[in-house]
Amino acid sequence: MTEPWPALGAPIAKPLSHLEVRVEANRCLYCYDAPCMRACPTGIDVPRFIGRIASGDLLGSARTIMDANPVGASCARVCPTSELCEGACVFNPDQSPIRIGDLQRYATDWAIQSDAVLFSPGTPTGKRVAVVGAGPAGLAAARDLARLGHTVTIFERDPAPGGLDTYGIVPYRLPAEIALWEAEQVRALGVTFRTGVTVGETLAAAEVLGAHDAVVLAVGMGAVPRLGIPGEDAEGVWDALAFIRAAKSGTFSGSLGDAVAVIGGGNTAIDAATASRRLGASSVTMYYRRGEERMTAYDFEIAFARLEGVEFRTCTLPSRILVENGRVAGLEIVATDPAGTASVLPASERLVRADSVIVAIGQSRHRALLDAFGVSYGPTGIALVDDAMQTNRPGIFAAGDCTFTPGGIDAMVVEAAQRGKVAARGVDAFLHEAA
Amino acid sequence: MADLSVDLAGIRSPNPFWLASAPPTNSGYQVMRAFAAGWGGAVWKTLALEPIVNVTSRFAGLNAGAYRMIGMNNIELITDRPLDVNLDEIAACKAAYPDRPIIASLMTECTPQSWHELVRRVETVPVDGFELNFGCPHGMSERGQGAAVGQDPELVELITRWVKEAAHVPVIVKLTPNVTDVRETARAAARGGADAISLINTLNSLIGVDLDTWLPIPHVDGKSSHGGYCGPAVKPIALNMVGACARDAGVGIPISGIGGIADWRDAVEFMLMGSTTVQVCTSVMHHGFRIVGDMIDGLSNYLDQRGLGSARELIGKTVPRFVDWNDLNLDYAIVARIDPETCIRCNKCYVACEDAAHQCIDRPADPLLAPVVDEAHCVGCNLCSMVCPVEDCITMVRVDAGDSVHTWREKLSVPS
Repeated sequence: MTEPWPALGAPIAKPLSHLEVRVEANRCLYCYDAPCMRACPTGIDVPRFIGRIASGDLLGSARTIMDANPVGASCARVCPTSELCEGACVFNPDQSPIRIGDLQRYATDWAIQSDAVLFSPGTPTGKRVAVVGAGPAGLAAARDLARLGHTVTIFERDPAPGGLDTYGIVPYRLPAEIALWEAEQVRALGVTFRTGVTVGETLAAAEVLGAHDAVVLAVGMGAVPRLGIPGEDAEGVWDALAFIRAAKSGTFSGSLGDAVAVIGGGNTAIDAATASRRLGASSVTMYYRRGEERMTAYDFEIAFARLEGVEFRTCTLPSRILVENGRVAGLEIVATDPAGTASVLPASERLVRADSVIVAIGQSRHRALLDAFGVSYGPTGIALVDDAMQTNRPGIFAAGDCTFTPGGIDAMVVEAAQRGKVAARGVDAFLHEAA
Repeated sequence: MADLSVDLAGIRSPNPFWLASAPPTNSGYQVMRAFAAGWGGAVWKTLALEPIVNVTSRFAGLNAGAYRMIGMNNIELITDRPLDVNLDEIAACKAAYPDRPIIASLMTECTPQSWHELVRRVETVPVDGFELNFGCPHGMSERGQGAAVGQDPELVELITRWVKEAAHVPVIVKLTPNVTDVRETARAAARGGADAISLINTLNSLIGVDLDTWLPIPHVDGKSSHGGYCGPAVKPIALNMVGACARDAGVGIPISGIGGIADWRDAVEFMLMGSTTVQVCTSVMHHGFRIVGDMIDGLSNYLDQRGLGSARELIGKTVPRFVDWNDLNLDYAIVARIDPETCIRCNKCYVACEDAAHQCIDRPADPLLAPVVDEAHCVGCNLCSMVCPVEDCITMVRVDAGDSVHTWREKLSVPS
């Protein structure tokens, strides 16, 4: 990875000072059967890790966090804590909740800076497991499988591991080096990383199946789907994830122009919009087809985007991209029903300025890859799994984004990590049964 | 505004707040600043015929979580300045603040000549009383002074008598807590003719060990020795010893309370347990002389709100309630009640009762509901209400009929 695009600026959340940590870690009540712990999808023992910070055992604190959540350093930065642990803190009605996310960052930052060895591989079982995809779910599954003693190989199409954590979240929320450190922890357990390998294209599914006793598909999702409107192939139209990847890795070239239109209302749309501002666009507007209350972006993300100078136009759909000399020259939009049904109001077309259009309307599904493994999926293309994350094919498990319902609230890094952990347990049970 | 003035064995003070003999009363400069801030009196840093030599470093603090200096330990000795310098400064302070008593703390060799000489020389300036330092637990005790004297009732009585032979002002004997029963030395002081006692001096202590260097804290060039422990953490020890002396017929002389007094509330507690004045050191070392303004106003407001005209009305009022365990009513019964409205569901009460008390708090299956006390099995120990972070969420409610009193003494006919 090259350095992040310098114009994107420093991380927005500053780490806690040592004094803040001491006060905050000692303010915690260390609740029993704590609501924060129950609210964490990975079940991090929050009172325990905070108590260990308070007593000066940072190694024990980091181990508590990372044991429950193999991507706990990333989650410390990107979890919607106000909706999870901090939202459940018993202090909420009367005073500010404990800053659990920031304390988690403090402990994991310590682990990163001190090169702490947190875990060791299990006694070898001789079983070989393939994990397809090195995003949060794949890393979590691989990490726990290695701790259980299995021989794990991760196949990753990108040059670096980490998935969306490395490539798809703006660096001022999550620097790539955090996700890369988490991947390094997995590698240190003896997991083999085969990056630059696209299973189903450069490596056949049958080969993967033939060489392993079990497979975990943690393949995430694909490109942003097409809008299906005229002008979509013009220069200056971006897939939001490709745009964020280019901006984050420093390979973005060319100009966004003065006015950027972002299509969509999720957290990726927010990231694309704020990154556009930071790359110099003077006017950035997010267009969303329903009312603001239906946007899937977190409220604090919407508030952050407003602070960054992003405009919002809701109940609006793009209908045509104007093109001049092969490049975006404007955007035609139509109004939708203010009641939020997203149905287009007649004769509501109007033209707005746009030098670039960034599309963030969700992601397509890897149906072909699931087909290649013979894995059943639902009508929206999500892999169908049982409670142990096993698919219809015995020995083939799935986890992460490829198992999430579209538009669901579970599409979080922390939830992907949890499903990766569950899949690892499922694989382990399957391998023991098979033995 | 209530009258805050008090009178300890003839030593009159405009308020009960005195500075203890300690680093804050080391010099005239400091005592002048203290009196300007409002302190009612000062016990001067202990005087001797010859100054001693101190070591570096001297202090160490005990922190509790984010709270600094809940306890403090020191290995500093008595004054390291010549006697004449101290006496000149005492005279200057008295001239500037004639209404504030200055008590000279004294320590010297265990001979009548030495004590007579020290008393004679200090009385050349207008001190309001003497406090005999029989308590300093470190350093001086290795030279047969301080706590080495204060741990031996016969020596306490003897030296008190020597000082009384020479002194023209009231004599207070400062007691060490580093004894099995402080009443023994308190009674000895009374037998020797002391006009009052003050307690407690500091407790033998070692504040800690450095986890990186494995050196004791604080250390002097790699070594340490035990020091004297004080600060808010010692308050319960001090309060018990003050109460024990206050209710002991063999003591029977006024008390100046010392030990962890940090604010007006602590002062009120010490006065209710029998102290006429209170002495403060650690809290000043933590926050400065200015704290006395809050202590004066807090005490005054408290007295006004309770309709009391004088701080003297507090002295000893709780002492009759401080009795032997054998005299406690075995029929008295209280149980805990948890208010589900103010409960924040931290479950601290549940785990405390389950693991460390009597397993009588139940958690509903729904974690969003408040824990419930099984009143039939609750022994009223208070633990749940102590760990509860919400004020008044767990209250202790009386459940006995309130009309019967049975004590252990009655039950076994233990003679009183």
